[in-house]
Amino acid sequence: MPEAMPHRAPVWDFLFGRLTLDSLPFLKPDLEGRIVLVTLIVVVLGGLAILGFITKKRLWGYLWHEWFTSVDHKKLGIMYMILGTVMLLRGFSDAIMMRAQQAYAFGPQMGYLPPEHYDQIFTAHGAIMIFFVAMAYIVGLMNYVMPLQIGARDVAFPFLNNLSFWFTFWGAILFMVSLFVGDFSTAGWLGYPPVSELQQGPGVDYYIWGLQLSGVGTLLTGVNFVTTILKMRAPGMTMMKMPVFSWTALCTSGLIIATFPVLTATLLLLSLDRYLGTHFFTTGFGGNVMMYINLIWVWGHPEVYILILPIFGVYSEIVPTFSGKPLFGYSSMVYATVAIMILSYLVWLHHFFTMGSGADVNSFFSLTTMMISIPTGVKIFNWLFTMYRGRVHFTVPMLWTMGFLFTFTIGGMTGVMLSVAPADFLLHNSLFLIAHFHNVIIGGVVFGVFAAINYWFPKAFGFKLDEFWGKASFWFWLVGFWVAFTPLYIMGFMGVTRRLSHFDNPALQPYFIVAAFGAFLIALGILAFIIQIYVSIVRRKAYAVGGDPWNGRTLEWSTSSPPPDYNFAFIPNIHARDAWTDMKKHGYRRPLEGFHPIHMPNNTAAGAVIGVLSFLCCFGLVWYIWWLAAASFVGIIVATIAHTFNYHRDFHIHAEEVREFEHTGNWQAETQGARA
Amino acid sequence: MTVKRLRGLLLSPLALLGGCHLVLLDPSGDVARQQSDIMIVTTIIMALIIVPVLIAIGVIAWRYRASNKQAHYDAEWDHSPQLELVVWAAPLLIIIAVGAISWIGTHQLDPYRPLDRVAPGKPVAADTKPLEVDVVSLRWKWLFFYPQYGIATVNQLAAPVDVPIRFKMTSDAMMDAFSVPALAGMVYTMPGMQTVLHAVINKPGQYRGFSANYSGAGFTDMRFDFEGMNTHDFDAWVAKVRAAGGELDTKAYDQLRQPERDAPVHYYARFEPDLYTRILDRCIDPGELCMSRMMSTDAGPPMQGMHEPPVHAGAASLVDAGKTVPAQAAAAH
Repeated sequence: MPEAMPHRAPVWDFLFGRLTLDSLPFLKPDLEGRIVLVTLIVVVLGGLAILGFITKKRLWGYLWHEWFTSVDHKKLGIMYMILGTVMLLRGFSDAIMMRAQQAYAFGPQMGYLPPEHYDQIFTAHGAIMIFFVAMAYIVGLMNYVMPLQIGARDVAFPFLNNLSFWFTFWGAILFMVSLFVGDFSTAGWLGYPPVSELQQGPGVDYYIWGLQLSGVGTLLTGVNFVTTILKMRAPGMTMMKMPVFSWTALCTSGLIIATFPVLTATLLLLSLDRYLGTHFFTTGFGGNVMMYINLIWVWGHPEVYILILPIFGVYSEIVPTFSGKPLFGYSSMVYATVAIMILSYLVWLHHFFTMGSGADVNSFFSLTTMMISIPTGVKIFNWLFTMYRGRVHFTVPMLWTMGFLFTFTIGGMTGVMLSVAPADFLLHNSLFLIAHFHNVIIGGVVFGVFAAINYWFPKAFGFKLDEFWGKASFWFWLVGFWVAFTPLYIMGFMGVTRRLSHFDNPALQPYFIVAAFGAFLIALGILAFIIQIYVSIVRRKAYAVGGDPWNGRTLEWSTSSPPPDYNFAFIPNIHARDAWTDMKKHGYRRPLEGFHPIHMPNNTAAGAVIGVLSFLCCFGLVWYIWWLAAASFVGIIVATIAHTFNYHRDFHIHAEEVREFEHTGNWQAETQGARA
Repeated sequence: MTVKRLRGLLLSPLALLGGCHLVLLDPSGDVARQQSDIMIVTTIIMALIIVPVLIAIGVIAWRYRASNKQAHYDAEWDHSPQLELVVWAAPLLIIIAVGAISWIGTHQLDPYRPLDRVAPGKPVAADTKPLEVDVVSLRWKWLFFYPQYGIATVNQLAAPVDVPIRFKMTSDAMMDAFSVPALAGMVYTMPGMQTVLHAVINKPGQYRGFSANYSGAGFTDMRFDFEGMNTHDFDAWVAKVRAAGGELDTKAYDQLRQPERDAPVHYYARFEPDLYTRILDRCIDPGELCMSRMMSTDAGPPMQGMHEPPVHAGAASLVDAGKTVPAQAAAAH
């Protein structure tokens, strides 16, 4: 414990709070220290290589001016996607370590990870995968696609968008720093007390402040997107003419606004308990752990719908495009999305049927949970009927969609099994539960993200992703998922519980070895995805496409690939759903003269600066370095006020520049409708 | 009995998986068995819609593949009121069926509800006294009080077959879950609060019990044996525990509650009779304010006609008496 360290001069305590040399795990001579040391060396070397490359190519100025200070929703979207991918590698490394530990730690063999380390790994895996992989990916997708789909030139609050990104980014960095400086929470991905109250040291504080940063970022994104969708749709695009992906972005943003404040407040109460000795969630003095568990799931359950709704939107764009016909039952789809949004608030207690709430309460939440499967089932049927009487092209995005339909349907069924309260008493906290939520999050969210990346990548960069490596990635993921999680379903029926760091029953070992092999297959899937990106960049000339490579149906395909900063030279008038299909059908011709100057927001460094300051503030709070926390907090206030005096917020793109791009941009040749 | 046959069908292929017992599909206690039946029946009802959908996904995707020019293509077909009615109604009907089963089952198998049968067709007689067990989850082990017998055990739990058991449960510090999958579904244990579970074991044997809720570094080894015994063996077991001697008093409990991993089985022939109540009331040591008294104490000086002892009366008198209350539990047997 850092507090109990040998005495040192008070000045050092002032300067470094509770941070001491002993807080650096890579200096410790044990196995854990060695693992961290090797990781640190790899990260440092890799980081130096990247920094050296950027310096050598003189890219710092470019990155700063074109990316870090950018308020362009498209660039921010891409940065979110990169953040999600980098954090996927981190979160997946944790998964591999857990699978290796559980495949190995049997009988007298305690595995290579002591429980204290293993507990940090499953906590980090869960928290990172949800907050910095899944959330980064879906916010990135919504950022990139939604304004283009509704015919807007940017989001409603472009600076806020940049600030949101930096909050999320520095939250992720705080999680990463915990790997090398101090330790991480062992309290599970939701930080249940009493474990999160009792754990000494900075681990839980890293967790709290990392989530606070990214949570605020996400909340601001929600506000931004709701305003954008409500106020900035192209003329004529009534709500019921809006693409389904934008509808799901609206519902998800509504969920974010309603639930993320609950997360912020809950974590704040937890930090008051930890920092100031209050008793919100302690056992004595009127506190109660059940309060935390209720509050965190009031956020936590809508959160899983925050993740899946935009992905439902993704599939609702991909299936019609590759079936060559409109989405079946558009209105049903919209009502189903809204129904899921509302119902998702009414189900949180199903995460703890076994807490002793009594039969009436459990029955209520059991029924509300099951009711969610009705609109979800409707969506599955609607995608099926969209393919029905269609011409289905099995491109890479469509393959991911097929994998989703198959996998998610089964995951939905195991979910309803868990929602039957009497059955949940048996299945709760077992590996069956673990298999279920990976089934819906991998089979739903992750497959959907890869479908979306393959689908919209040509829009963002002007060339398609490699088919072969895309298919390789898909098959490795699909097979890997089932190999990794079928054994967990079976072990759930054997009553094997979650979060165990070693086992005494040797009969289970073969199952864990199979599961570890599945994780290895998924690793190949991730590798194939990275190769796919690399190969496609190398062959970008050969893979170049126009603005509308898939014969798309919505507005984003009407503009250049990549789109100009201003997205649309003229905001189109919308007359029908699937606006771009409608425009193509009516012989739309892109105007090439008569351009006006376009009013656009200026880039600003304020978001990047406030982001760094908030990271320093949180780092100071984690380590009790009060001067740093106070100084950087004041810095945040000053930077925010200073930003309000920035009068260079906007500019006009000259009509000449617009004209030039409209003549030279990467547009769809009118006849080009070829598919891969 | 159809469920029984279905269970056989389910188990026979899964048995090939190699030596592992799928305890959730074939439990040995009547409560777990009913929960398992509900799980199997609802899964089969859902399969009525899931299996056709899975087949339809494959069939429709294959039939309408782009290269199949035989298939009817209708670029405008995007709605059909009849189909949409079916699309909403089909999952609704399934959920009505599953929801009704869940509603009834949740009430019938509510862990707070005393059992009305010990096995199918074997109702509980009106004069049957259930076996009382008071459970305390510690870091990271299990303490079981048998108030009717005056004995207590650590990490071993025994019960006679076909006798209803009433568990009252609390926790010393962490939030744990009392879980014996063969016996009944799990229930959380929480400090300062009491949860209840009614269950019965129908087959003699040794079963795995453990905590199913993560509680820190020693959680993995937080296991205990649950022994279902016939009445004769159970009496012998009680005698064995008594013969082991030792008393669980406040001091011994303070020792016991220290965090410990992989703790061995331990027997106590006697315990302080109000110890469980004081653990639940969070006033184990003399002078600690009991939770049940805390709010009224916080509210200020007692009002006329109310007397407010500041500490648990039991604890105070126990200390005064110099402790040691002999196990008087045989009375209940």
